[in-house]
Amino acid sequence: MLRDITLGQYYQTESVIHRLDPRVKLLGTILFFISLFCFKNPVGYAIAIIFLAVVIFLSKVPFLFMVRGMKAIIFLMVFTSLVNLFATKGDAVLSFWKITITRQGIIMAITIAVRISLLIIGSSIMTLTTTPNHLTDGMEKGLRFLKVIKVPVHEIAMMMSIALRFIPILLEETDKIMKAQLARGADLESGNVFKRVKAMVPILVPLFISAFRRANDLATAMEARCYHGGDGRTKMKPLKYQKRDAVAYVILAVYLLVSIFLGRLWIFDIM
Amino acid sequence: MSLIVDHISYIYDKDSGLPTVGLKDVSLSIPDGQFIGVIGHTGSGKSTLMQHLNGLIKATEGSIYFNGEDIYDKGYDLKKLRSKVGLVFQYPEHQLFAETVFADVCYGPGNLGLDKKDCELRAYDALRKVGFPEELIFTSPFDLSGGQKRRVAIAGVLAMKPEILILDEPTAGLDPKGRDEILGMIKELQQKEKMTIILVSHSMDDVAEYVDRIVVMNHGSIFLDNSPQVVFSHYKELEEIGLSAPQVTYIMHALSEQGFPVKCDVTTIQEAADEIAACLKNN
Ligand SMILES: Nc1ncnc2c1ncn2[C@@H]1O[C@H](COP(=O)(O)OP(=O)(O)O)[C@@H](O)[C@H]1O
Ligand SMILES: [Mg+2]
Repeated sequence: MLRDITLGQYYQTESVIHRLDPRVKLLGTILFFISLFCFKNPVGYAIAIIFLAVVIFLSKVPFLFMVRGMKAIIFLMVFTSLVNLFATKGDAVLSFWKITITRQGIIMAITIAVRISLLIIGSSIMTLTTTPNHLTDGMEKGLRFLKVIKVPVHEIAMMMSIALRFIPILLEETDKIMKAQLARGADLESGNVFKRVKAMVPILVPLFISAFRRANDLATAMEARCYHGGDGRTKMKPLKYQKRDAVAYVILAVYLLVSIFLGRLWIFDIM
Repeated sequence: MSLIVDHISYIYDKDSGLPTVGLKDVSLSIPDGQFIGVIGHTGSGKSTLMQHLNGLIKATEGSIYFNGEDIYDKGYDLKKLRSKVGLVFQYPEHQLFAETVFADVCYGPGNLGLDKKDCELRAYDALRKVGFPEELIFTSPFDLSGGQKRRVAIAGVLAMKPEILILDEPTAGLDPKGRDEILGMIKELQQKEKMTIILVSHSMDDVAEYVDRIVVMNHGSIFLDNSPQVVFSHYKELEEIGLSAPQVTYIMHALSEQGFPVKCDVTTIQEAADEIAACLKNN
């Protein structure tokens, strides 16, 4: 039931993108996001879409699998687009009753929809091709310099990796508890909002109990194996940059330069 | 009044990257009042099959008929089906949520739309049937021992007065004493209440003593479906799929190979003892 959510899930397969160092992917994702906010004309978005399409192709993750995870966010996307469509002032193209739709509004709405889709697909490409462990490893190593200003980088990374690890477990657990209560005649779908919220109690209480129980067990297991934080801790597979990572950085730099340059060039402006 | 499973198949995560076969062409007929044991090693599809029986999972192919009606028909009342086919999940104590044992057991009947008094009567009755100590019914379910919690969870399903009671590995994680108590209680339910019971387990010793019929599952399909005597006589094949016959079966077969004229189709320790005693007396 809940397994349709693909956001934040790992998709197991062999590809260049999967093999890249997580730091490349993290930085790449962040820079990709930044680039999206620099564009002023459609050419920039076109380049971003092509770039993303190539990455998706290389990653060998089926496009449909990726899009299925977006269902939950479509509402947000449509809502923001609509707000922009009606609220942006400018040259009216259509007006009825008290509502005016402007040319700028239409452009804004499309821009927002494209931007949100690119943001979501961009981040899901990262999580789909990087195991949670790898991701937090990358974060820990990539952000190590923050330790100088007393940021507990290792602890944050550890918390993140545990949290990520627990997502599928808790989803599975929710599925089980939901089924168990359905078997006891629970009705989760009908009734007004209050009724539905009330119907969630028999699912949430056991879920929280189980989450705390698991957290407790994990803490005990970690202590039993002498876990004491990041100092002096070595890695079985330390992250090391390979040649392909350097290539990826170069490609990324080229993408950034080209897309932002063309994306801000006044001759392509349409507003 | 019966449940008929007609050639159902089910695939998990059908259109994702990693589809898993849950069930493959399973057919089963469950007549009234029978006590059925379902055996198979972990991952053989036992739990998947059980969740089909009360409509929690919809088969990819095939149909299921309950009392002559197709449960996949449009407009079929699944909630009613779930009250008639009670399913107790594995580790059912993980589903407890209410402040008191009594309130938790009232949840099921409450969902059926009964009034408060009826719910409470049923809850009380169910707790009595599972042998739950009366003085504890207003304590928090989270303060109970593992075996007691499980009784409460089973009572929670019983309180809906199902015609068929399915128990998915009800003895998992219990000590031998807790195991015997739970199994004895189930047997009593079957005898006194004339309920149809399906007992899922991965251990032959759990079910051998109690059931009328054994369904052996392997890789999502039914491997054997027969009386315990017949199923245990296939003990060599059972071993090949990672199961074993009850210990007495091995003893009787060993004795008979040594030339003792004993019957090998006994299923319980008591029967085996009687058989050996009779054999010794005759010689
Ligand atoms: N929620 C699920 N999602 C995906 N696969 C599952 C799920 N539940 C069970 N399976 C798979 O289906 C098969 C049968 O599982 P199950 O019915 O739980 O077996 P059993 O109860 O006999 O141990 C196994 O291969 C298992 O991995
Ligand atoms: Mg199971």
